[in-house]
Amino acid sequence: MSPQDNVSRRSFLRGSIGAAGGVAAVAAALSPLKDLDTSDFTMSHFLQKHYKEMSEEDMQEVLERIAKEVEKRHHLRPEVRDVKPMDGVEFAYALNLGKCIGCRKCVHACVAENNQSRSPEIQYIRVLEMPKGSIDVEKGNHHYDRPKVPDKDHFYMPIQCHQCADAPCVKVCPVEATWTEPDGITVVDYDWCIGCRYCEAACPYWARRFNFSEPEIPDKDINPNMAYLSNRPRHKGVMEKCTFCLHRTREGKMPACLEVCPVGARHFGDLADAKSEVSQILQKKRVFVLKEDVKTLPRFYYYFDEDYYVDEKEAR
Amino acid sequence: MKEYGRFLWRCFRLSFVGDWRYYSWMLLLTVVALFGLNAYANQFVHGLITTGMTDQVSWGLYISNFTYLVGMAAAAVMLVIPVYIYKNKDLHDLVIFGELFAVASIIMCMLFVTVDLGRPDRFLHLMRLNLPTSMLAWDVIVLNGYLFLNLHICGYLIFCSYKRRKPTRKFYIPFVFIAIVWAISIHTVTAFLLVGIGGRPFWNNPIIVPRFIASAFSAGPAFIILTLQVIRRSSSYKVTDEALGLLRTIVTIALTINQFLLISELFTELYANTAHSISLQYLLFGLGDKNDLVGWIWPAMIFNTIALVLLYIPRSTTMMRTNVACVLLIVGIWIEKGMGLIIPAFVPTPIGEVVEYTPTGNEILITLGIWATGLLIYTIFVRITIPVLSGELTYDRVYRTEEEVLPDPISHPKGE
Repeated sequence: MSPQDNVSRRSFLRGSIGAAGGVAAVAAALSPLKDLDTSDFTMSHFLQKHYKEMSEEDMQEVLERIAKEVEKRHHLRPEVRDVKPMDGVEFAYALNLGKCIGCRKCVHACVAENNQSRSPEIQYIRVLEMPKGSIDVEKGNHHYDRPKVPDKDHFYMPIQCHQCADAPCVKVCPVEATWTEPDGITVVDYDWCIGCRYCEAACPYWARRFNFSEPEIPDKDINPNMAYLSNRPRHKGVMEKCTFCLHRTREGKMPACLEVCPVGARHFGDLADAKSEVSQILQKKRVFVLKEDVKTLPRFYYYFDEDYYVDEKEAR
Repeated sequence: MKEYGRFLWRCFRLSFVGDWRYYSWMLLLTVVALFGLNAYANQFVHGLITTGMTDQVSWGLYISNFTYLVGMAAAAVMLVIPVYIYKNKDLHDLVIFGELFAVASIIMCMLFVTVDLGRPDRFLHLMRLNLPTSMLAWDVIVLNGYLFLNLHICGYLIFCSYKRRKPTRKFYIPFVFIAIVWAISIHTVTAFLLVGIGGRPFWNNPIIVPRFIASAFSAGPAFIILTLQVIRRSSSYKVTDEALGLLRTIVTIALTINQFLLISELFTELYANTAHSISLQYLLFGLGDKNDLVGWIWPAMIFNTIALVLLYIPRSTTMMRTNVACVLLIVGIWIEKGMGLIIPAFVPTPIGEVVEYTPTGNEILITLGIWATGLLIYTIFVRITIPVLSGELTYDRVYRTEEEVLPDPISHPKGE
């Protein structure tokens, strides 16, 4: 050390003692980290590639790791697959508002099928109780709680991801952790999402959900039929959303919300196939999309069929 | 290179040297920063559930402070333009304090974005940016670029002064001019990030972009005025009345434009009174019994109006009124461009649910911690820069710290 620095040595020493105290204080400040669950911070997670850049072997390794994680956590062996889209298929949904009775069975079937967190409970479908004569969502009641539905002065409008063809959530994602698949389903790579929630801000249908805490699912409620891009369990800090149950629908089955619907208000199928039920509805019924003015081109259509429950008996 | 290392080492040591006022200010900031760090460790373990954010209001205090601080960072350009384009002499030796504040602000911005992330450990995924469509991806680029531009300019000029060497123009002038455009760009891109969202009419409004710039160009220079007042009173560094007067004029004009744009916005929304103005109605008047922001936005608008009136009264020799106006408008714009701009866009949700947002204690601690960290960094910058620029600390000179009059605590810009 050169002589010119000696002048401030005393005060510097004083500072050094302070610095030592500082290190201790920083250690104390960081003490909550001892409770950190590090199972999600392994090298294999850290080095994992983006979904679109993974080779088949990479994917197999990742699927195996996910299966092991689920097994360790929930004590059952799941079947985790990477279910690919079918060629030349474009999925769409049509919902008959004339039939929906607002029972919310779809909401709960969705949670059970897709391994959403039960505490706090994450739901992809929100059912609005709407006054007759308006489709303005701001007039809807989100928290209606009646002993019996439907109420004869209202109709019911379930809202979930509209799987837009020009999806704003996909556009805004800074890291391409979410994208639209060739069959029209917008998916999230839960292992790539950084959790900035920009997509949640951008969605005009409030269809995206964030894991604010580590999801909790009782072991007995786990659905062991899992896909990488849909219902495998998520961790805290990432986005998730409705995927039209792609692990079912890409294999010819119907989404869980449709299967459970007691009144047959829900219809799902392939738009590219002119004979499919959903294509027929689009051709024959007077369908509309919600918030057409935002021009995100939803693949989720609503319509009111003739057999609107005017008659009290049918309403039950 | 070795010389530069030694320079940094001496700067590092210097940052631990000061009088009792300096020590107590730094101790206070360090304690607050450590409480913030502790709160963040807590959030990191338990997730963002420790904040008041929900799926309904998915951005809160962190992004609010982020948007505000992007403006503060961009405001350095209001000192750079007079000096480098109009060759203003009064501000010439002061411009560096603006640039250093830009560096501190950008660091705070980055900290605010980081604490807002659900998975900050995946920062490397930012190497695969979704360009050109994502405005947030662009924001990452422009903010980092602005940080490096200012670090380079400040570091080079301070080092030259330390070496008692005239700075070589080609090593910094081109960067100064790039930084002017870049400063506008960081603010524009951040505004685009919000206005580009078609599903939220409160943001999807072109006037937000110029208002962003106008409010930044009043709050930023106002903060610099307060800093210079402190430097002027507590060190031998020369800050002329003319320099403060020019900054005051800049603040006055920018605030006038901001208030004019505000009136245009209020008129458009409230006169037409379409379904799209519902978030603004929530902000100003509340919706039914949901009115958390009403008690914030009215004081903010009143503060800004009083500040404007004070600034239009000719200045006194002590500039007391100017100081008051600066404090008022820094607070006013912090509310207006922070919580007042971010939260209402989420209320009601796009499908009509009205859920309010209240930050939690943990979230507030993290926010205060980041502010303390930023001010700590800025104080150290100022602490080092003053003796170097005034020629008291150079490579061939012993710097007698004990005799130095040291900078005073800088007032908290949030005015708490």
